[in-house]
Amino acid sequence: MYVLIAGGGKVGTNLTRSLLQAGHEVTLIEQKPYRFDKLEAEFEHQVIRGDATEIFVLERAGIRRPPDLLVAATGDDEDNIIICQLAREKFGVGNVIARINDPRNQPYFDLLGVSPTVSATGAILALIEHEVPEHGLIHLLELRKENLEIVEVTIDDHANAKGKRVGSLRLPEGARLISVVRDGNAEIPDDSTQLQPGDQVLAILEPGKEDELRRVLLKD
Amino acid sequence: MKAIVIGSGRVGSAVALQLQGSGWDVTVCDENEDALGRLGEGWTGGFVVGHGMDLQVLREAGIEEADAVVVTTDGDNTNLVIAQVAQKMFEVPTVIVRILDPARAQFYASRGLRIVCPTSSAIETLVGAVREAETV
Repeated sequence: MYVLIAGGGKVGTNLTRSLLQAGHEVTLIEQKPYRFDKLEAEFEHQVIRGDATEIFVLERAGIRRPPDLLVAATGDDEDNIIICQLAREKFGVGNVIARINDPRNQPYFDLLGVSPTVSATGAILALIEHEVPEHGLIHLLELRKENLEIVEVTIDDHANAKGKRVGSLRLPEGARLISVVRDGNAEIPDDSTQLQPGDQVLAILEPGKEDELRRVLLKD
Repeated sequence: MKAIVIGSGRVGSAVALQLQGSGWDVTVCDENEDALGRLGEGWTGGFVVGHGMDLQVLREAGIEEADAVVVTTDGDNTNLVIAQVAQKMFEVPTVIVRILDPARAQFYASRGLRIVCPTSSAIETLVGAVREAETV
């Protein structure tokens, strides 16, 4: 596979090294002279110096072949967005992956159709949330294209839904309970399933309706 | 009519002042508070300190009611992202953006952004001025 990587920081460098070791062909683009010198000592002709948001630099790196995959891994979210837009829309690169540095910029990547994205900060935040659920609701999976997400809720002794049948719950519009894990066994709930303390419930819903779901299942 | 100018350098501040002079309600955004100085002491329009990539800053500047947005920060890629956000997320009727790199300017112009590229204009003018000598 031929991979073009923009940005020779820690992410781009380690990615380049790993892909080369796995036998792939890689071209890395780095702008800063002091970084480039070090990278050139290790990767020789497989790294080129330049601003990866400049069209002629991308061309020199071989974007017209085109690569099977482009990874925009610079430390600048605007640059990563523009690199991916140019790669996909000007040069017809089929697969791009963009690094997000500031998770607040995620909406811009989504708006401009740059996906998939990877955010270390976002991933760590999600892990923290999983370990320390702030409001009893854990995000498990986001289906961005479908505008849906899957969350996990644990029913406790004080939960509003304790002892209630699924059919009697006034779930937010479009939300469904998709699984109930009780004593280690997962079941697909129907209207007659009665929720008990200790049940781990998976629900699918539209982002933004978490509070409504929390009120129905847990507390007001 | 309401306009927002993002990036208050030499170009942005002059655009803001001229628009205000012709009766527009203008709000200027800049990361740097000192940029307010370029607008002069008599500036009566809005001024929001913050990065143009920050949705809260854009909303505070009134982008939801803006008739026009002018994007003139010193970064081409920042400008391209902000302009697309203004156009696609907030559906501002007139979005115009300054891009220094002619190659990116040409590509994004072909995708429907209104772009001003001072570099291209300078090249054209310089070449034109020299060519005038050909006919002499």
